[in-house]
Amino acid sequence: METDQLIRTLAADNAHRARPVGFVLALALLAAAPVSVAIFFTQFGFRPDIMTAMYNPFFELKFMVTLAMAFSAVAVSLHLSRPEASLRGWRWLLLIPAGLLVAGIGGEMMMPQRLPVMTRLMGSNAQVCLTAIPLMALPLLGAALVGLRHGAPTRPVIAGGFAGLLSAGLAATLYASHCTDDSPLFVATWYTIATALVTAIGALAGPRVLRF
Amino acid sequence: MREREDEWTGLMRSAISGDDAAYHRLLRAVTPVLRAAARRGLTRAGQPVDQSEDIVQDILLAVHLKRHTWDASAPFAPWLFAIARNKLIDALRRRGRRVFVNIDDFAETLPGEPVAESAPAGEVAAQLESLPARQRDVLRSVAVDSASIKDTAKKFAMSEGAVRVALHRGLASLTAKLRGQ
Repeated sequence: METDQLIRTLAADNAHRARPVGFVLALALLAAAPVSVAIFFTQFGFRPDIMTAMYNPFFELKFMVTLAMAFSAVAVSLHLSRPEASLRGWRWLLLIPAGLLVAGIGGEMMMPQRLPVMTRLMGSNAQVCLTAIPLMALPLLGAALVGLRHGAPTRPVIAGGFAGLLSAGLAATLYASHCTDDSPLFVATWYTIATALVTAIGALAGPRVLRF
Repeated sequence: MREREDEWTGLMRSAISGDDAAYHRLLRAVTPVLRAAARRGLTRAGQPVDQSEDIVQDILLAVHLKRHTWDASAPFAPWLFAIARNKLIDALRRRGRRVFVNIDDFAETLPGEPVAESAPAGEVAAQLESLPARQRDVLRSVAVDSASIKDTAKKFAMSEGAVRVALHRGLASLTAKLRGQ
């Protein structure tokens, strides 16, 4: 086919309008969310003392951290779905969850504690945390990659990594309501390791699925 | 340079608000620039420039199918060049594996020769044959026979809407096949 012929054909298809990437991403995440929620309720469920835990600021902090991470990662992912996007400026968004966490650790340090630092850091759920977050993140990661595929990410490793971060943030939000370890030290250690794992999976998948 | 790029941005804005002629003009205007970039890339990679037209068509298809990722308040050229660069790297990587053996032979004959005429692009045309019959017929009618959507609809006793759907699906599956090679 001559290039002129192709151009004429493309022009004839000008009326076709694709949905915005954000819309497709949201739709894909909404479709995958029930799977993660089902995993949560069948395998984990709310912690038994959730009604009293709700009045603990460190319990609430977990959700602020995980949601801040999820939303920052959504914003960066959407930005990276544009081909000419650079990370400059945007990566600082990740300082929001990190800053919340650091503030939480500082706050906890200043309060009198019954348990020694290492005990709080190790918690009693580390193993569950490292399984639950990646497990519930995987369906969401798949969805996030489907959404980003609709865009034109030219840095697929990084975009895939942020898809991982996004899904880990959402999965960790679910997990936080199961986990009885509320110490920011625990969150900073085990949630971070679990998130890094999912991010790595996303970064590995990126170049394979995000090519356009 | 600056003026040219402002013109592209203006044309793309009109295109998005439904001006097919502006879109046609824009694609024609950017093609020589893409072609020159593709040739430069091939030369730098020590590969035959006569394959540049396949790359140009690959870029044009990506521009078309990903144009919703362009932010209409931003200039068009950086977006276009980001897509083109991505496609060019992809194409060179792909070709690098295939024609690796011939590179030395070719490099020896390159100096002093006039720029080779581009071979007509073959990849899109080849993939066109493997499309489902309806998509292929509609694409061929619009591309090769230069029929309008309306005439194509009449020719195949389809509604115009169905022709549009087949046309778009055809372009999308062409692109997917090119990527999958």
